[in-house]
Order: sequence, then structure tokens, then C-alpha cells
Amino acid sequence: MSHPLNSPLMLCLLLLTAWSLVGLAGLARPSSIGFVGRTLFPLGALLGVGLAVAAAMGLNHPAEQLVLPIGLPDLPAHLRLDALSIIFMILLGAASAGISIFAAGYFRQGEGTAPGLLCLQYHLFLASMGFVLLADDAYAFMLAWETMALSSYFLVTTQHRIPEIRQAGFLYLLIAHLGAISILLSFGVLQGGSWHFTFDAMRTAHLDSHWATVAFCLALTGFGAKAGLVPLHVWLPEAHPAAPSPVSALMSGVMLKTALYGMIRVSFDLVGQPMWWWGLLPLSLGLFSALYGVVFAAAQTDMKRLLAYSSIENIGILFTGLGLAIVFAGVDMRAAAALTLIAVMYHAMNHAFMKSLLFLGTGAVLHATGERNLGHLGGLIHRMPWVAWLTLIGVLAIAGLPPLNGFVSEWLLLQSFLFAYKVPHPFINMLLPLGAALLALAAALAGYVMVKFFGVIFLGQPRESTLKRAHDAGFAERLGLAWLALGCVLLGFLPTNVISLLSIVTRQLELGGLPASDAPWWLLVPIPERESSYAPLAFFAVIGIVVVLAFVGVRFFYHQRVRKGAAWDCGFGRLNSRMQDTAEGFGQPIRHLFQPLFAMVRELPSPFDTQPAYRLEIGDRIWRALYQPLGASVRQIADKIAWLQQGRIAAYLLYSFVTLVVLLALML
Amino acid sequence: MSGLDWIVQVIGIALAVAAAPVFVGWVNQCRAWLQNKSAPSILLPYRGIRKLFHKDAVIAVNASPLFRLAPYVVFGAMVTAAAIIPSIATRLPFTQAADAIALVGLLATARVFLSLAAMDVGTAFGTMGARREMMIGFLAEPALLVVIFVVSLTCATTALPMIAEHLSAQSFALNPSLAFTAVAFTMVLLAENARIPVDNPATHLELTMIHEALLLEYSARHLALMEWAAALKLFNYACIGFAVFIPWGIATSHAPVSLAVSAALLSAKLAVAGAALALIETVSAKLRVFRAPEFLATAFLFAVLGLLVRLLLGA
Repeated sequence: MSHPLNSPLMLCLLLLTAWSLVGLAGLARPSSIGFVGRTLFPLGALLGVGLAVAAAMGLNHPAEQLVLPIGLPDLPAHLRLDALSIIFMILLGAASAGISIFAAGYFRQGEGTAPGLLCLQYHLFLASMGFVLLADDAYAFMLAWETMALSSYFLVTTQHRIPEIRQAGFLYLLIAHLGAISILLSFGVLQGGSWHFTFDAMRTAHLDSHWATVAFCLALTGFGAKAGLVPLHVWLPEAHPAAPSPVSALMSGVMLKTALYGMIRVSFDLVGQPMWWWGLLPLSLGLFSALYGVVFAAAQTDMKRLLAYSSIENIGILFTGLGLAIVFAGVDMRAAAALTLIAVMYHAMNHAFMKSLLFLGTGAVLHATGERNLGHLGGLIHRMPWVAWLTLIGVLAIAGLPPLNGFVSEWLLLQSFLFAYKVPHPFINMLLPLGAALLALAAALAGYVMVKFFGVIFLGQPRESTLKRAHDAGFAERLGLAWLALGCVLLGFLPTNVISLLSIVTRQLELGGLPASDAPWWLLVPIPERESSYAPLAFFAVIGIVVVLAFVGVRFFYHQRVRKGAAWDCGFGRLNSRMQDTAEGFGQPIRHLFQPLFAMVRELPSPFDTQPAYRLEIGDRIWRALYQPLGASVRQIADKIAWLQQGRIAAYLLYSFVTLVVLLALML
Repeated sequence: MSGLDWIVQVIGIALAVAAAPVFVGWVNQCRAWLQNKSAPSILLPYRGIRKLFHKDAVIAVNASPLFRLAPYVVFGAMVTAAAIIPSIATRLPFTQAADAIALVGLLATARVFLSLAAMDVGTAFGTMGARREMMIGFLAEPALLVVIFVVSLTCATTALPMIAEHLSAQSFALNPSLAFTAVAFTMVLLAENARIPVDNPATHLELTMIHEALLLEYSARHLALMEWAAALKLFNYACIGFAVFIPWGIATSHAPVSLAVSAALLSAKLAVAGAALALIETVSAKLRVFRAPEFLATAFLFAVLGLLVRLLLGA
């Protein structure tokens, strides 16, 4: 090998180590918010950009491997940088750069974890996500995976003095570990009797179809728990409101994608040839998650919970696509599989940018107003124009509206669904296109949710008088928001360039890339013989030209006189802010339509009440039907087992003796 | 793409923009005749728009720039949609920029901006209208997409000009999947364009209106643009229907003769469609707002049925 700086893998490794060092440097002056905020977080952001660039350099090289002599004796850490890791590494670096620069202005002195310690946890979290992507054996992967879970647990519980937050953190930790056990077992199956836990060994291991199925299901459970696939989603709506906004952004925007990475890695790389019907599992779970998430998002009144449910929706979309890609790959429709997988990775990129942008936007609002409840916000576009307009970009993007990025990936996914009728299995080939209908429903509902989100927070009249004192975000925060918004715009405007990068991955996964087309760079034609095309730049240009022409034309031919007056509202004079729709009100049609999904408690006032009160609680049926009984039974069993703990030394000695005797009996 | 193509394209857009208010005038005229009233002039929508342009705009004190931007964006989106939909001719240069799915996305963009603008001033009616508009939208959009899926399965493309060409090359035959989707599409058209039975374009009764509630705070040129955009939306939907269900006669070359024939046929189709729309509006009663989801769910199911029939029978 030539100079180490010529190797993208070495560069990534150095930058990840640098992230950890930046974190450690926070401990030098743990209580200085100035040092941590003004020096370390911007440095972390720069390293993020560097990481994205360094990783991108490796795209045109074949996969690169490295063995580091760290870890247990005889168990060195294997690292590998291939196109799949690179795409997710770019995602990690680019999205975290925006989040870190925002975080530089965000964290303030206050309750909870000291800034220096927070800096350490934050950067360890970043670095561990990077190592997850680089890991090439099960040990290194699990080590990085657990570091990621633990560091994010501490970040979630930054405000650890509040009991609800500790509880949310515990729930997160619990489900993260259930998932980790499942992943560990999956690797255990994948090694296929060779007892070598490197990914290379797993690639060459020959599993019979039953064991391969077991490995796939375990991986789906494990990575699904991390991603927040229904019914393992319960931690998301608890952990996201609890965590500080940049942490929510990182977890939702980036960490959930490591789960997707793991799933792609297992199903398309490690397990060999996937069987087609495996895909139906993530496909159906994904569709259900997408609808479930978006319906619940529409009913939320806490802005971060709303976004958390929207993340469940997007994870659902991603797993739907992944399932479809597995079905296609399983029946050897390689071009369709490649297109679907490209759509999935594209959507992962998009979601990283737009969801981080929205979470950071809520963070800025939270700082300016101290409110997370949508019922106490409103009219902030006047007080916080920067945050409002930049968030609007994220809102339009995540609602899947052209010409922004959310639309491109949904478009690609719908296009690939249109191949599903060719799957050579009767009945399935008819059900699959219906998935596209459900996906369209989820995407349209996302628009509803986002209008609610933006409209209630930023538009209308302020619902509290204290909102008049709200201030716009500071410079670093604006910069972070603008970076992510720029990402949304670029990913939306340059789909052909992004897709040519993503098809390197599908080629390396032996699915082949997209068929070559002679379309110009601004015109996206994924499948030339279908002639379906999309050109966001032209699209945007025409809308822009018409807007400008209309604007100039009206002024030229008529006039530009404007008078300011009170709102009309059908002539009803005394308008106040309580007459606008509340968040509950805006979600009411959805609650009405999807009533069976919700566990709802509603108290309506009667006309005779002297002090009318309205109360509405929306619960998750899955929580009540699955988790509460499970928790209760665990508690019961624990109570029974607690009988063993007699508290006398003689009893414990007896246990040891009995254990020894049983073991001896077993051995002999 | 030659210069001629671009000229045809620009003329097509200009004609659509100019014809849209006349089409609305025609529908109103037919409806008045059917209801035994003396009909207003077919040019009345034009006069209304002209009058509005001359007025001074009154804007609520707490309106944000978004409120003033929205009419232009909505109008721009509708004009762009008119550029995408093959109404007179196929193979126009701009139609490549977006297929049918992107067209649905574009209509959704307009809807989102309209709803956001309605929430901007923070009035009771505005927010209520926004909520209802989004409710109609999230149900109508998937139904429309499924309609498009059915057609694109038939034609193996989602590009509207190709769909129109493919279908117009076929001889007329009653295609069961297309029949189901045509019903679904008509229902979506009624709902999306604020027509009876979902909304009543002729009333300002506060508690039942949807579209009018969204525009309540607009006046003068902003209102004029919004009204014009609404007229264009109806025109666009009609043209989508023509391109997908009765594309015969659409010009596939840009020879002047075929263009003239195509334009004449389009006018005839519009005249018939407008009369049919007026008939539907006359014989049906407006639904309660909470019946509207059922109406649209029926449309969605019809479209899905069309999809299943298409996959089962291959026809």
C-alpha cells in the first residue's frame, strides 16, 4: 500500500479517531460552554465534512480491507470500506456536520449533564456510528453497535433529573438491547458452523435455507428494533421528546439509518442469495409502520412526538422498499431490485437531511419559547423568520412535494412498485401493486401532518402572549439549518448525480446498476424503455418563470397598491388566537377516520358545566395490548424468582453447591 | 426538439390559461340552464378576474410574506401542470420534465401552499378550511395515483404523452379496468375541484365551505390569481381525463392541420365534459363534510378495483 493518506479507509479511520479525541478534549474543561460550543462542536462539524469527502473518494475504488490488531487476543478488528458503507458514511458525515454546527449554538448552561461530558458522549456517538459502518466482523460490529446504543442512551438522558426522561431512556436502552441480542444471535447463525465471525467467513458460509431464514428473521427483529419498526417502535415517541434536539436529529436522521444499513448488509451481502418471500415480511411490516406512524403523527400535540411518529412512517417506507428489493432480487429481477434499492438508499439520504432539519427547527423553537406543546405556539414566522423559512424547506421536502428531495425517492419507489406485477408468483404479483396504493396513502397523509406541523407552529396568531418575546436562532444555529436545507435542495435538484453514485453500490452488491440512458444530466430517466422521466430543475424553472411573470405582469398591467387591515373572517370582529384550530382540532378528521387504531380517552364538556373542560388522551393500542401485559408478566416472574434471594449466606452457599453437583452430573 | 415544438408548447400553455375561465363560465352556464335560470355570460369569470385585478389589495395586519407568495406559487403550479398535460398535442418538449406521478405531486404542492396560506392569518374559517382541504387532499391523492398506476400498467409508462399516444392508437373498446378507474377519476375530479357533492362552488355558507374558506382572507389581485388557478385546476383535471380515457384525436405530430383538428376536438370534449359536470352537480346533493371521506374512500376503492381487474384479467 502507498501512503496511508491515499487510502480512503485510513482517512475515515483517522477522522473517526479524531472525533473521539474531540470528545475527550471536552473533558479538559468540562463546564466551559464557550470552549465546548465555540471550539469543539465546530471542529466536529468540520471533521464530519471531511469524513463525507474522504469516504466519497473511495467510491471509485474496489472495497478496501484492513485488520487492526486491537481487541481480544487472536481476535483483531476487521474493517472494510465498500460502496455500501461509503454511501452511509457520506450520509453520516454530511448530515452530522449540519447538526454539529447547530449544536455549537444550541447547548446552553443549565440542568443536566455538564457540557464537556455531553461533548464526549456526542462525539463518541458519532464515531461509533462510523465504526458500525466500517466493521467487517461480528465482534467489531457489536462493539461499535453497543457503544452507539450506550452513548445515545446517555445523550437521551441529558436532563436526567426529570423522572419521565429517565424512564424514556430506560425504555430506549431496553429495546436497544433486545435488538442487540437478536443481531448477535443472527451473526451466530450466519457464521454457519465455521466459528469464524468475520463477515468474509459469513459471505462464504453455506447455510441451508431454514437457517438462512432464521438468520434473516433475527436480523429483521434486531435492526427493526433499532429502526423503530412497528411493533418495536414504542421507544421512539418517548426518547425523541426527551433528548435535546440535536441528539434527536442525530438519532432520527442518522442512527436509524445504521439499522437500515445493517439490514441491507445482512440481506444482500452476508446471507448470500435472499429468498424472495423473505421480502414480504419487511414489506408488510413496513407498510403497516408507514401508515401507523403517519396516522399517529397526525394526532400528536407535542411537536417532537409528532416528528418521532413521522420517523416511524419514514422507516416504514424504507423497509417497504427494502422488502420489495428482496422480493425482486429473490426472483432474479435484478434491474428492478437495483432500482428499488437505489430508491431506498436515496430515501435514507433524504430522510437524514429533512428530518434532522425539522428536529433542529423544533429545537430552535423550543429554545426561543420554552414550549414543546403545539397548543402554546403559533405565529412564529414573524418572530423567527430564518427558522421558519428554512424549516419550510424541510416541511415541503418531507411531505414529498416536487421539486424537493423527498419527492424523488418516493417517485423512484413508486416506479419500482410498477414492476411488481411481473413477479412470477400468482396472487403475490397482484397484492404487491396494492402496496403502492398504501404507500401513496401514507405519502399523502404525510402532507397533512406537515401542514399541521408548520401551520400550527409558525403560522396564525401566537397562542400565548409570551411568544411575542421569542427571538430568532443565532448564527451557528442558522448555519446548521441552512446546511441541511441546502442538502434537501441539492438532493432534490440533482437526482441523476445521486443515482449514479448509488448505482455503484448496487453494482457492488451484484445487482447491476440501472440501464444506461442517453438522457442529459438534468433529466432523470431510470428505465429508458418506460420513458418515464422527471427533471426537477426544469420543473422548478418553469414554476419560477411563471411566478415571476405573473408577479411582474400584475404590477405592469395593473398596480401594486396594498392596504393593511384587520382580518376579515366573514366580518366577525373580535378575533382572538383561541379561535384558530388547535393541534387537536387539526388532527380531528384523522382521529375520526382512523378511530379503531387509537386508544382514545375523551372527556367532553356538557352545556351545564360551569367550568367546561376538554380532555383528550391518545394512547397506543400496541403499548396496551403488547407491552403492558409483557411488563406485568415479567414483574410477576421476577417477584417469584426473588424468593430465591433469602439474604442468608448459607442459602447462597447451598445454591453454589447444588449448581456444582448438577454441572458435575452433566459432565460425567 | 425543434423551435416549432417550443412554439406549440408555449401556445398550448397560453391557450390553457386563457381557456380555463371560459370553461368555468361554460359549466356555470350549463348549470343555470339545467336549473331553469337565465344563464350568466360565458365570459363572466373573466370579468370577475379583471375587476379583482383593478382593486386595491387588503391584507390582514398579521399576514406573513408566505400569504402574499402563495397565490403566485399556486398559479405557477397550475400553469406548470397545464404545460405537462398533453391537451392538444403530445411530444411537447416540456412534458419530459414530469410524468403523471410528478403531476400529482405538483397538484399536491399547490394544495399545501393554499392550505398554509389559509392558516397564515389565523382565523377560525381559514384554519378550518385548511384542515378540510388537506383531508380531502390526502384521500383524493392516493386515489388519483392508483388511477395512474392502472393506466401505466396498461401502457408500461407513467409519462402522460406516451399514455395518450398508446391509448389513442387502440380502437375503442370497453376496457373493464379503465371503466372502474374512470368512475374513480370522476369522483376525484369532483372532490378536488370543490364541486358538489363535496363542496359547493356557488355558496359562501361558512360552515360547509371548503374552497371558499381557504380564500376568505384574499382580496383583489391575490384573489384573482387564486380564482384563476382554481379555474385552471378544473381545466387541467378535465385534460388529464381526456388524455387518459378519451385521447382520440390528440395531435401526435405538429402539422398545422392535425393541431387544428385536435384543438377543435378538445373544445368539443370540453363542451361535453362541462355539460356533464353541470348535470352531475344538478342532480346530486351536497354531502355533509364527514361524508366526504366515504365518498373519496369509494373513489379509492374503485381505483383499487380497477387495479385488481387490470392484474386479474390483463385488460
